Amino acid sequence: MKPVRRLEPAVILAVMGREFANFRTFWKSTAFTSTFEPVVYLFAFGLGLGSTLVTDVDGIEYVQFVGTGLVATAVVFSSALPAMFGTFVKERFQRTYDAILAAPVDVEELVTAEMLWIGLRSAVFGCFPLIVTMFFGLEPKITMLLVPIFAFVTALAFSAFGITMAASVSKIDQFNYVTTLVITPLFLVAGTFFPIDQLPDGFQIAAQFNPLYQLVELVRGACFGLEAVDILRFAGLVALAIVLWRVAIRRLTSRLII
Amino acid sequence: MTALVPAIEIHGLTKSFGPIKAVDGLDLVVDKGVCLGLLGPNGAGKSTTMKMLTGQAIADSGEIRVLGFDLPSEGKNARASMGVVPQLDNLDIDVTVEENLAIFARLYRVEDVGAAVDRTLEIARLTDRRKDAVDKLSGGMRRRLLLARGLVHDPKLLLLDEPTVGLDPQIRTELWTLIERLRSSGTTILMSTHYIEEAERLADEVAVMANGKVIARATPAELIAEHAGKSTAEVYGPPDRLAEVRSMVEDAGLRVRPAGPAIAIVAAETAAPGLIPEDAIHRAGSLEDVFVMLTGEDAE
Ligand SMILES: Nc1ncnc2c1ncn2[C@@H]1O[C@H](COP(=O)(O)OP(=O)(O)O)[C@@H](O)[C@H]1O
Ligand SMILES: [Mg+2]
Repeated sequence: MKPVRRLEPAVILAVMGREFANFRTFWKSTAFTSTFEPVVYLFAFGLGLGSTLVTDVDGIEYVQFVGTGLVATAVVFSSALPAMFGTFVKERFQRTYDAILAAPVDVEELVTAEMLWIGLRSAVFGCFPLIVTMFFGLEPKITMLLVPIFAFVTALAFSAFGITMAASVSKIDQFNYVTTLVITPLFLVAGTFFPIDQLPDGFQIAAQFNPLYQLVELVRGACFGLEAVDILRFAGLVALAIVLWRVAIRRLTSRLII
Repeated sequence: MTALVPAIEIHGLTKSFGPIKAVDGLDLVVDKGVCLGLLGPNGAGKSTTMKMLTGQAIADSGEIRVLGFDLPSEGKNARASMGVVPQLDNLDIDVTVEENLAIFARLYRVEDVGAAVDRTLEIARLTDRRKDAVDKLSGGMRRRLLLARGLVHDPKLLLLDEPTVGLDPQIRTELWTLIERLRSSGTTILMSTHYIEEAERLADEVAVMANGKVIARATPAELIAEHAGKSTAEVYGPPDRLAEVRSMVEDAGLRVRPAGPAIAIVAAETAAPGLIPEDAIHRAGSLEDVFVMLTGEDAE
């Protein structure tokens, strides 16, 4: 038997290249949304609440508290949702995956490439809220260079989750359940807009299992001072990304190979 | 790999979807340099067979070797030398013509992507549209691009799954010209179709497929000689008369098939004098006669 190689870098790059070529046709609208959204949130929450109800959280000015938390919002909405809708559309409507898998590409490489592409995009978009918040007085700090890495790993996990969902639903409107039941709760109880430690105990424990909460904590650490426990948080996100990567491959294989 | 290894070897292939036996004991060998037409009615199992050849469906049992590689275990190696043109358009519509080709040239690890793009643009006669987005192309151009995309890596074997199904006649003719050119340049082609004319025009050999198996396999001329005959007589008229003629001719041992509003008596040259009605229209036996006689399906 001739050797069949797995996870070939050239193949993964080629699949990412396809995404890049397509992305160039719509990057403007995506970049606009990614910049504009945190600005809206910052005005609404940061300045609205910040100048009326709350002034600071644990010594952090409220607008900066929200601004740093919005990195996680940007990451989840630029990873889970594009992965979910993108995968479904490419699988079902455009039949793109049929074309790709007829080439010497396997599902493992396909999923890996799609995740890496989304991860890289989110690593960039995740930085936008931080940059915007700098205009609201956030001090630049060298450890902030870790933020794209934190964003990247979290986005890998959420893109794998999105691919898994896309490979599991039979109709596109079932994504409403995923958004309402999974993504919105994770987003709301991530410590973005209010600190978790004021919630009931049950919520606080649950939040520990929320990858977005861990990301928010890591980003705030990078902006205002990291702690030893942040290594554990990061390791947790890496482990989650790896597990969900394998799950996504398995689900999409059973969808695409009949 | 030596020149003696066939491009495709399939033995005892089966594939079921629940209770449906889509492919049911298929045997098929395609030698290099041959254009084989896999002719069968809808639901015969043609697309399922194609999917097993590209590793997108896994057989329940049987053996498949493509270009000397065992499937599914060495499928990736086989796919590297195989070009696939799908039944349904799955181009990237927002990007340009040349980008569509370049993307696939990279997926196939072509060394000189630029040269591969130029060469296939030439084949598809789309060089002057290379910078246009795909959604600006006409239907015919998109089809030519789809075919060209399957050729970016200069494949040893080309799979065409119903390449012209649902296309208007002019686009179909355009594609036939392209496929004909590939065939005469010696590319090995497996083409599934349920259009008899397509098989007749393009295939060196035809394998008639029904209910998941190949039920006859030869050149079109041999198939006609064996399963139809030299001449076919078509009789038109009211249903009563057709029924009457049919039972009379069948009693005399000839085979009759429905042909739209008429009935067709195959191998009419073997009939006793006077048996065939005077007003019958005589024509040469055709692949359509073979198809209908063998599959029992009305031809398109
Ligand atoms: N994914 C599938 N799930 C269930 N049944 C299928 C699937 N694909 C094909 N079939 C069935 O298998 C049979 C053969 O289909 P197919 O290979 O598409 O035939 P053809 O291409 O010759 O028209 C048909 O009865 C079809 O309904
Ligand atoms: Mg078909």
